[in-house]
Amino acid sequence: MDKVIIADNLSLAYSDDETIINKVKFSIDSGSFVFITGASGSGKSTLLKSLYGALNPQEGSLVVGGVELKGVSNAKLNFLRKHIGIVFQDYKLVKEWTIEKNIMLPLLINGYEKGVTQNQVDSLLKHVRLKHQAGKYPQELSGGEQQRVAMARALSHNPILILADEPTGNLDDYSAELIWNLLVGANEQLKTTVIVVTHHIPETIKVDYKHYHIEFGRINEVN
Amino acid sequence: MKSIKNHLSLVIALVSILFSVQVLLISERSISAYKEKLAHDYSLVVVAQKKLNYSDIMKENSIIATITQLSPDNVIARLHTGMSAKNVALLKLTLPKFYNIKLKYYPSSSEIKILTKKLLRKPFITKVENFSNTHDLTYKLLLLFKKVITIFSVSMLIVTMLLIFKELKIWQFKHNERMNIMGLFGAPLWMRSAILFRLSIVDAIIASFVSFILFTLIASDDWIHEQFDSIGITVKIFDPFSDLMILTALAIVVSIVLSLLIILGHKEEV
Ligand SMILES: Nc1ncnc2c1ncn2[C@@H]1O[C@H](COP(=O)(O)OP(=O)(O)OP(=O)(O)O)[C@@H](O)[C@H]1O
Ligand SMILES: [Mg+2]
Repeated sequence: MDKVIIADNLSLAYSDDETIINKVKFSIDSGSFVFITGASGSGKSTLLKSLYGALNPQEGSLVVGGVELKGVSNAKLNFLRKHIGIVFQDYKLVKEWTIEKNIMLPLLINGYEKGVTQNQVDSLLKHVRLKHQAGKYPQELSGGEQQRVAMARALSHNPILILADEPTGNLDDYSAELIWNLLVGANEQLKTTVIVVTHHIPETIKVDYKHYHIEFGRINEVN
Repeated sequence: MKSIKNHLSLVIALVSILFSVQVLLISERSISAYKEKLAHDYSLVVVAQKKLNYSDIMKENSIIATITQLSPDNVIARLHTGMSAKNVALLKLTLPKFYNIKLKYYPSSSEIKILTKKLLRKPFITKVENFSNTHDLTYKLLLLFKKVITIFSVSMLIVTMLLIFKELKIWQFKHNERMNIMGLFGAPLWMRSAILFRLSIVDAIIASFVSFILFTLIASDDWIHEQFDSIGITVKIFDPFSDLMILTALAIVVSIVLSLLIILGHKEEV
């Protein structure tokens, strides 16, 4: 089976004095569904940052979608990022853009046609139940609504890899269910690899998944 | 509403830059109009023993616009009571010749000195009256006027620039955020910057338009023209073609430079 992520002897750090992730080795199969858990401050978001190339490996090698991220060029990184959908822990919506425009961003970057773009955005807005908010700006939405916008944006360009950092952290059970269904749907129908950081793995989730736990800088598979 | 607020800070800064530049243009114009008027009113009087060769003198002194001989009849008329016609004719021959010299533009004090010296070097020119005292006074007033306006406009420019540099940090922060997010989804630098350039060029055009309205209103106000009339000059306050072009070009250049500064200061956060 193809590997979408291969980490070997990977260490991650923001400065030389403190290593967050310490010499880990793991790989993730293409098309799999992965949960990552760990205590607050254990390095979950840090690991995701390295996967989309915002944090360069301190040591070792990290290959995502066939691209070695250690010392990667800007052009290669941009190419890779076009095929990744990210839900950030702090959402990172563009404040001066409407919800609709925010969701459109990856489609515009990927150069989709206007008609395709509009259809895709409309259908996603319906899926995350925000159709009536399309013209609003992020600050005019509740935290949970913003989180759903971030999810819609991450899915909009049918990426090969979705990285979601606590995508249901702010949501009630009903909205959380909605998000899980979207992620499972992408995984099953489009064979998208999904990596989700979360504190609680939902008991009702209907998908075969792998579970990694981060502790003391190590990443261990949980069975 | 939201989008207006986004544009406002740069537009205001640009308008105040354009305002000070236009004020400089107007003061430059009024000074040259005033100089022209002064040049028109100012002349030297030269006394010579012989008839002057105009073309020689004008070739040596390019500042001279015209030389005209003053008729001696007035002088003679005052003396001529009881003089025979023959004597009057004789007197006319022996009297020195008077000339009025007009200049092409209003000279500086040193230009007057040089001209006077050069004229006196001619053997048959005996006296040059250059009215230098009056000239110096008006000329100094003119320079003072120009200095005051320049200092006013330049300090306004400096204050605006300082404000812009303070705002630049805020803009940098704001645009950096958006540019970062776009980058995280794989937008190349040109695409991240394109929005910034488009926004700032739109702002430049809005600022030029606001200045256009502002100066058209000012130019249509009678009060300001009366002020210039009172010192005997007419000045174009705002040319809707050439001035607008200058201001628009300037606004675009300034906003492109600011955009470049923001892009150069763009950092990806970790
Ligand atoms: N930008 C940064 N610069 C320096 N240190 C950082 C930075 N971001 C995170 N850290 C540190 O790295 C460690 C791991 O942080 P990280 O955000 O990966 O935790 P997390 O597992 O995602 O926690 P949480 O569940 O609270 O989101 C923390 O000790 C944090 O202080
Ligand atoms: Mg985190």
